[in-house]
Parts: sequence; structure tokens; C-alpha cells
Amino acid sequence: MGNSVIIIGGGISGMTAAGILVQQGLDVTLLEKENETGGHLARWDRLFPDRRKASEVLDFVKAGLNQVKIVTGVTVTGISKHDYDFTITTRIQHPASSIHSQFSASALLLATGFDLFEARKKEEYGYGIYNNVITSADLEDQFKSGKGILTREGKIPGRIGLVHCVGSRDEKVGNLYCSKVCCVTGVKQAIELKEMYPASEVFNFYMDLRMFDRHFEELYYEAQQKWGVSFIRGRLSECAENPDGSIILKTEDTLTGKPLKMTVDLLILLTGFVPAIGTSAICGMLGLKSGTDGFVNSADSHTSNNSSGVPGVFLAGALKGPISIGEAIADARAAAVQLAGYIKSTTAYND
Amino acid sequence: MIDFGYTLTKDRQFDYDHGDFRFLRLVRSIEPSLDVCIGCGSCTATCSASQFTNFNIRKLHTVIRRGDPESIKAELKKCMFCGKCQLVCPRGVNLRNLILAMNRAIEQLG
Repeated sequence: MGNSVIIIGGGISGMTAAGILVQQGLDVTLLEKENETGGHLARWDRLFPDRRKASEVLDFVKAGLNQVKIVTGVTVTGISKHDYDFTITTRIQHPASSIHSQFSASALLLATGFDLFEARKKEEYGYGIYNNVITSADLEDQFKSGKGILTREGKIPGRIGLVHCVGSRDEKVGNLYCSKVCCVTGVKQAIELKEMYPASEVFNFYMDLRMFDRHFEELYYEAQQKWGVSFIRGRLSECAENPDGSIILKTEDTLTGKPLKMTVDLLILLTGFVPAIGTSAICGMLGLKSGTDGFVNSADSHTSNNSSGVPGVFLAGALKGPISIGEAIADARAAAVQLAGYIKSTTAYND
Repeated sequence: MIDFGYTLTKDRQFDYDHGDFRFLRLVRSIEPSLDVCIGCGSCTATCSASQFTNFNIRKLHTVIRRGDPESIKAELKKCMFCGKCQLVCPRGVNLRNLILAMNRAIEQLG
């Protein structure tokens, strides 16, 4: 038990950390609530800013997991700590019954990630009401299917709108924070749509374009210069559906100070990050604190961002807030190194 | 028609679906760097004409992209063609040629 680690969450962060920890000679068990590992990355087609296949990154991370015990389809129902040992109880939900199991470890890594904002909460945007309003994740599903992007009526969309900040920077839905990666996702998806349908018009409706990382601003420039994507500064206020299924948008063009009305054939909502639904229960079991935004607070966001404040419990990935895939991998590696150092320094390991 | 003593006020919003994009097409064909504008306002901040009038070069090349070029016709005359806008543009938009292109669009399209 002295060198055993349990990782909760089998997305990109949890899997990356698992790969590093088995390399360190530790006994790693990865618990995942879904039936497959891979998290959100598994449903994404291509990644910003270079548009490489998400599956390549997933394959790279999964290649390191041969010696990891992966348990899928389980929910954590309890965590207790005695001296240096943790006991975790889980439940596997079956239609007929549920199976309870117990796992023990000397350290825990929480990598429970995020959920996508539920776009139905922005009722004025019509997701789930109007057929031709979809989310950025739905669009990735369609890119991945390889069948092309069509309106619900089966037509090539002649005009497409992408709406930034859906569920982010929006106190009305309780999310004051910026989800950070939606801006560049919107630019990437706009380019992909233009590449697919050069004759279609693509418009991005934004408040600010936060091209925070290397090569992002260049991608924005490419979208304008090479692909002719139009950017209109103004948050979508509301939309309505025409009898033919097209969508009428109402926004302000804030650069000219005038309201603007436009019909689009397809509207894509760039949904942001929210804390994963199960994270707060796990935090409750361990006495961990979250911020007012619901994301988990580390011991110190600058100097100890992988420490939870509880000895033996470490944090990795988007449970601490919105991050990109590259950042998740780097953060998970940092957490793994810190966790391995902890294990080696505890008396339990030396017994 | 009976005069009821009132008139309909024209809606001031951009109606993109019924916009006039002839200006945009012509101007863009002459000066494609228009597309990389990020609306920062550097051009207007440094503009000599903007110091003394309500001339706003950023707004003028934005309204043609929204399909509403009418207002540029009277406004463009205020430009003194000093070219400071082009010197400060962080995206390298060729504003002097853009202004020439807009003037040509007014000549050709009325």
C-alpha cells in the first residue's frame, strides 16, 4: 500500500499523470466515472492552434498506461484518511444492481476536470429549441463524423454565426469568469467551416478576443486575412427562428454603436467550462475548498498549484479552472512529480 | 395619401440581410488589407481631422463592411490624406489606399 496511488478522473490530466507515476515505479489505479477514459478530448476532432487531430494526442497519452489499473464506470462514494492511508469506496451502477468496491492508497490525485456549460440555460439563444442552433462540442462531433456540416433541413449553410462567451463572463448564469479557450476554438472552427465551404460567410460575435497563447493571434490573423472570416464586436442578445429554420440574430455592432440584425443558416454556441458535477462531493469528503466560481482552490495558485492543502491529496487539470490541452498535460506532469516526491518522503513508503 | 401629421422613422439598425455590399466588394478588391482590421481605433486616435470634426475613419470602414455605406459619402471629404492613420495601424492596413478605394467606390457606384 505504501507506493499505491489513486487518480480520480480519466481525462487528459488524469491519464497523463498516471503515465508519469507508473514510470516512477508506483502502483497506480485510475478511476473514471464514464465507461471510457479520454474525457472531453475523446469527442474533439482537431485541436487549436495547429489543428492536429485530438486522437493523436489521446493515443500518445494512452500509450503510457499499460501498467495502470483502469477502473471505468465507477462513482466515488466515500473517502477516509487514517495516518498516511486513504480508503476510497466506489459504486458501479448497473441497471439491476450496484456493486460497491474499496480501494486503498497512500496518495490521491484529483483530476476530475470540467463539464461544458449547459447551453439550454441561455434560453434566449434557443439551444434545444431551434434546430439550427448547436454548440461547439456538437460541431466537433459533426467534424469527427466526417459527414459534413449541414443544417437540419439538409442544406449547406450559406451563412454561419459563432457566438463567443456562451456561459462565460455572464453573471446572469452565475459564471463571472472567462473560459479562456473558447475564443481560439471559435477562430479554429470558423477557419474549418470556411475550409469546408469557401463560398459560405462566417461571422464571429465576440466581446473581446482573448488570443492568450503562442500562435493564437496568428490564427486570428489567418482567419481574417486568408479565410475572410468576419468578426463583429457585440454579444448576441437574442435570436429567433424563421419558418424555414434559419435563425435571426440581434446584436450590437459596438464598433459603430448601432444595433445589427442578421439571418444565419447555422448558429454555433461556444460553450464554456463549468466545474464537473461530481467534484464538489469529492471536495466535501476531503474538506477541500472551492472558489466562488466553483473551481477547486489549490494551496497557493503561484507556488503550490498542485497541492490541495491536505497532505497526500494533489490536484491536476481543469478542476482548478479552464485550461487548454497543452496546459493540462504540463499541469498533470507537475502534479505527478510532486505526488511521487510526497510518496517517497512519507514514512509509509519506508515501512 | 392622407396626411395624418406623422411619419415613420427609419429603423437605425444594420439590416445585414438587405445590406449594400457593392462598396465592400469594390473596396476589398482594391485594398484587401481592410480584412485584418481589429477595430482598435489607433487610426481615429491619431487622425488630424478627428481632432476638430466628428470624422471617424474606423467607423467608416466598419460601416461598409456592415452593408451600410451611405454615411461615408459626405464624411470622407473631411479626410486630409495626411496618412498618420496608416503609420499607427498595428495590423498594417493600408489606410491611404483604402481611403482612395472608398473614394473610387463613391465615384463609380454613386
